[in-house]
Amino acid sequence: MLKMLFNNYYETVAVILFGIGFTTLLLHRNMIKKILGLNIMDTAVYLFLAAKGYIYGGVAPILVEGSKEVTYVNPIPSGLVLTGIVVSVSSSALMLALTIRLYKRYHTLDIDQMSMLAKKEEM
Amino acid sequence: MGFFEFVLLTFLVVCALAASFSKNLLTSIVIFMSYSVIMSIIWIILESPDLAITEAAVGAGVTSVLFFITLKKIHAMKGEKEDEQTKK
Amino acid sequence: MSRQRSNYENTLWRKFERWVNGEDNSSMEASEKHEEKIQRISKEQQQDVVDFEATAEDVNELISKEKKRKIEALYRKYENWPQTKGIKIFTGLYRAMAVILCACIIALLLITVSYLPEFGNANNPANNEVPERYIENGIEETGAVNFVAGMILDYRAFDTLGESHVLFIAACCVLILLRADKKKEDKKKEQKKNITCVVADGNDRIYEPKNDKILQKIAFILVPPIIIYGIYVVLNGHLSPGGGFSGGAIIGAGLILYTNAFGFKKTSEFFTYKTFSTVTVCSLLFYAGAKSYSFYTGANHLESHIPKGIPGNILSSGLILPLNIAVGLIVACTMYGFYSLFRKGGM
Repeated sequence: MLKMLFNNYYETVAVILFGIGFTTLLLHRNMIKKILGLNIMDTAVYLFLAAKGYIYGGVAPILVEGSKEVTYVNPIPSGLVLTGIVVSVSSSALMLALTIRLYKRYHTLDIDQMSMLAKKEEM
Repeated sequence: MGFFEFVLLTFLVVCALAASFSKNLLTSIVIFMSYSVIMSIIWIILESPDLAITEAAVGAGVTSVLFFITLKKIHAMKGEKEDEQTKK
Repeated sequence: MSRQRSNYENTLWRKFERWVNGEDNSSMEASEKHEEKIQRISKEQQQDVVDFEATAEDVNELISKEKKRKIEALYRKYENWPQTKGIKIFTGLYRAMAVILCACIIALLLITVSYLPEFGNANNPANNEVPERYIENGIEETGAVNFVAGMILDYRAFDTLGESHVLFIAACCVLILLRADKKKEDKKKEQKKNITCVVADGNDRIYEPKNDKILQKIAFILVPPIIIYGIYVVLNGHLSPGGGFSGGAIIGAGLILYTNAFGFKKTSEFFTYKTFSTVTVCSLLFYAGAKSYSFYTGANHLESHIPKGIPGNILSSGLILPLNIAVGLIVACTMYGFYSLFRKGGM
């Protein structure tokens, strides 16, 4: 098992990064730290996808003129990840905007204090 | 696994941990920025230059700028407080 | 009567009843996850204490003072419990649970990774007939030298249309969330005239015009190359790495640098709400129309009137170049729009 983990080292690192991001998301009460954790999780998933498409000795998926015996790297993960990166930016911008609004209302970034203040307002 | 890849991947994990555990928000965002830059180098090693350009422009550029403005808006930057005090 | 009552308070049934009603002190540890609830309970207990004292004073002699003091001490202990120890224990437990959960998830995923096919092998199941077809027939069918651009904007163009809409909708949401109200701003300005040291909140334009000479000189040198590079990346999307998304992001970053150096007054000469809405909506409509045309001709086996051109030239690969330009415009406008909305709540 350890040997396979070492062979698939990109996937291993991607999984570890995913775990770190998830821990950050759960562990911190600060909204900005939570958004950072979500971004780290995003990049971990992209790393996993791109590692699945790599081939040893492959060339970037752009036509090499002349020689015909060239192995290209799988272009599908690149396309998917390209889509994902831009969507992650827009989603994180939306989350940051929500954070700014919450801060303006409650003057705190702590999510527990926020929910407490919201409950007090309801009562 | 080449030496360069090993260094990059280790740096990636260390950066993620440091961004998670640093006390100052500004520090953790700067660390996240460097994490994005390392990620864009890894995209080049994985032979997908499209992703490298996009990650360098979007992840290291625009996302961190948005984070910085958010920090400024919520008055979490350290220098700003001193400025306010001097103004007062 | 009161003795009965004091006995009754200690019976199991009464304890159970109080536990059901959420008033119990002894099972506090069980409900330590609900901090707010505990605080509410402690308030209720405070009221209880007051009530209890009142009744005790009414009946007076039958309850010994020691007992009363004991109960009060108990109450005080439990009142302070959530403030002193409860939150600490709760956070400690929560953190430990979070770390344990994440460790379990990492372990599970690592076991899964150890069963995955080997990294970098050409015979992996991921490298099946789909990418083969993209690579072999891509140039004939799309005319793009860059396979990724051909894949994104030709085979999977519908996907990219949805993604552009995601960007547009995100910009609209940020606009709704962060738009600064003009009436409120005026009020704030009036207040600022009266009170000198008010923190600039919604609007950053108060600090303008900026006079940072170093930043302005560097931006003066750097902004044109950045924007020209972005345009190059957009226009060469089908020939070299890049394309609409990365080029648009580079142009947006250049605009952000320009705004940061010279202030919003200069950018508002060419970038307003109107330009944002017209550019993005026109690009999205153009994208949708062009792709509908190619879907229509493709589905009905009609001959498309868009020339493919010679692969390798700038003016080649049919619709990919105009679609790249449309996507680049959308992304650049959205990135700059995000920035200016975050900075000053407007464009």
